Amino acid sequence: MDNNWPLWEIFVRSKNGLEHRHFGSLHAADQEMALENARDVYTRRNEGVSIWVVKSSDITASNPENNGELFEPAQDKVYRHPTFYKLPDEVKHM
Amino acid sequence: MSNEQIKNLEEIFEARIARDEKIEAKDWMPEKYRKTHIRQISQHAHSEIVGMLPEGNWISRAPSLRRKAALLAKVQDEAGHGLYLYSACETLGISREELYQQLHSGKAKYSSIFNYPTLTWADMGAVGWLVDGAAIINQVPLCNTSFGPYARAMVRVCKEESFHQRQGFEIMLKLCNGSKEQKDMAQDALNRWWWPSLMMLGPTDAESVHTEQSMKWKLKRKSNDDLRQQFIDQTVPQADLLGLTIPDPDLKFNKQTGSYDFGAIDWDEFWQVVKGHGPCNKQRISARVAAWDNGAWVRDAAMAHASKKQAIKVKIAI
Repeated sequence: MDNNWPLWEIFVRSKNGLEHRHFGSLHAADQEMALENARDVYTRRNEGVSIWVVKSSDITASNPENNGELFEPAQDKVYRHPTFYKLPDEVKHM
Repeated sequence: MSNEQIKNLEEIFEARIARDEKIEAKDWMPEKYRKTHIRQISQHAHSEIVGMLPEGNWISRAPSLRRKAALLAKVQDEAGHGLYLYSACETLGISREELYQQLHSGKAKYSSIFNYPTLTWADMGAVGWLVDGAAIINQVPLCNTSFGPYARAMVRVCKEESFHQRQGFEIMLKLCNGSKEQKDMAQDALNRWWWPSLMMLGPTDAESVHTEQSMKWKLKRKSNDDLRQQFIDQTVPQADLLGLTIPDPDLKFNKQTGSYDFGAIDWDEFWQVVKGHGPCNKQRISARVAAWDNGAWVRDAAMAHASKKQAIKVKIAI
């Protein structure tokens, strides 16, 4: 049996109204322990009001080497931006 | 990949760093960048972990509940800092087990300062004031280093470090305003920790083999000698405030440079300690290895419990 504790990714909501943000990772035997360890490691000074833990191996990540193909379609669609549309100066704020 | 292609990638990579772009774990990076970062980040993590040992000694001997609570919190922060740094290091593709193995076998280094003994309560003051003070000087520039996970870990570390130094200085202040014995104790701690703290900022620029490359990768923003001068200039007035004497007869303010000139550092002592012959090298590593080995049954039991719970969950689902 592999006795090494698996790796977990830790997401913390700093306060209500804000999204959970990735804070780092840690090792723990299971999700309960991951939560408790995350409290001790990442929120010793009131840094959070809510914690998510996700097993690192459950995360699917894009590969930066494919960034070109993956994000390129967004580059040439200038009509998605407000400045693409020319309006007369008299229309002040729109 | 052909050599030509690699050279091309390296040029693009160096240009990204020169533009102050951050490198993230999954980005392409030269093997040397990966190795150098694994070495430095793990050394840093090991220093946090071993750094708990000289202080752990004093938790049960703290002179008041207030001091005990502060010291406990400081040691807990150090464990936390070690964990931030280990996980930043693991993003480079090395496992936690390998990192521990390197520490336990002596293959990986940690800061030489933790191989000195903490003989009196005043040492808790001197360590916080001087050792954490020198560490802060070393660490602040790393918040801007090129490797994203390391930089983010350092931002968190630096935010927490200032309390460490302040509580140390407060211990010194209290002793210096106390009885003659207490003040003598503070002076004795300064005498023993001053030179090792200067050495802690690393060999002189002429001797430092990694400086040039590390500067380019922003793993280092200032040279060891510049950091040391900064530390001395900042610390001498603090010693004056305490009414303590820096144990260096050659220390003198230089009006022209606006900095303190200081005496020769005993680099033989530094290299002896780095090579494993300091007063406490063996004691530190054996304490660390014992803690790890004695905790093995707990780690195994936690894993066994986790798989048992998982099995029950699967059974219920079926």
